[in-house]
Amino acid sequence: MLSGQIALVTGASRGIGAAVALELGKQGATVIGTATTASGAEQISVALQQGGVKGEGVALDVNNAAQVEEVLKAIGEKHGTVSILVNNAGITRDTLLMRMSEDDWDAVMSTNLKSVFRLSQAVLRPMMKARQGRIISISSVVGHMGNAGQANYAAAKAGMSGFTKSLAREVGSRGITVNCVAPGFIDTDMTRALSEDQRNGLVQLVPVGRFGDVQDIAAAVAFLASPAAGYITGETLHVNGGMYMA
Amino acid sequence: MSDIEQRVKKIVTEQLGANEADVKNTSSFVDDLGADSLDTVELVMALEEEFDCEIPDEEAEKITTVQQAIDYVNAHVK
Repeated sequence: MLSGQIALVTGASRGIGAAVALELGKQGATVIGTATTASGAEQISVALQQGGVKGEGVALDVNNAAQVEEVLKAIGEKHGTVSILVNNAGITRDTLLMRMSEDDWDAVMSTNLKSVFRLSQAVLRPMMKARQGRIISISSVVGHMGNAGQANYAAAKAGMSGFTKSLAREVGSRGITVNCVAPGFIDTDMTRALSEDQRNGLVQLVPVGRFGDVQDIAAAVAFLASPAAGYITGETLHVNGGMYMA
Repeated sequence: MSDIEQRVKKIVTEQLGANEADVKNTSSFVDDLGADSLDTVELVMALEEEFDCEIPDEEAEKITTVQQAIDYVNAHVK
């Protein structure tokens, strides 16, 4: 389904990003996954290889503009130009706004939102030339519902949605679609940090009655990346077991 | 036709998918060659690439015809 495509997935060493990278690879894409450290990048290379997927892990700090440019250039020379970008890299710095420092705000905005601007801009030119491309950003149900203690994270995730709609309008005529996938509560390191009580409480909010699996998100991303989704753009696909219905 | 003129016209022709015969020095990208706003941005980027230069936004806005592009390159590219 995606053979001949070159996919770039940020934050691919674990959790949702790792699952997305493998799934796109299984659909036939060559996958480049990024991690902030060299050991994380190595881990991605191994995971891709074990999954029988073409591609590799590379070290990239999405906050470093010069490095983004370097890595994109290297990918272009080695694999070809990126035709599918998945903006997945993200961090949390949860705390109530009353106690939130400017650093907590800036770090989350930069890694979660500014990186989307930076990476999208970096891949856009070759996509415009090729008259095809897919930009998919992993947002969050929290960007639509809000969540106490996550004003910074929710703002960044909601920002993705506005960015996505605007860029979708700009480049729609060039065969490039721009969408978000908004996960609900997914079973990852991020949510395993919650207490048993918290987790049980959260499951009560989900009509489907369970936390999501990373594979649920990977499947949604693979769909939006596929030719079958060519008429869907500027959209947010909610994958949350029904806990929030847009 | 000068070398620069030829290269500019080639880029305009390719970038806008126009007929070579329609790309005259007086042609306006938008009015005569059917470019939209994104086309003009792409065109400027292609010119930057071809002539290895950077065209600032406020200058790029003033380049609306083939001749203006040729003049810009002549004046700014060594």
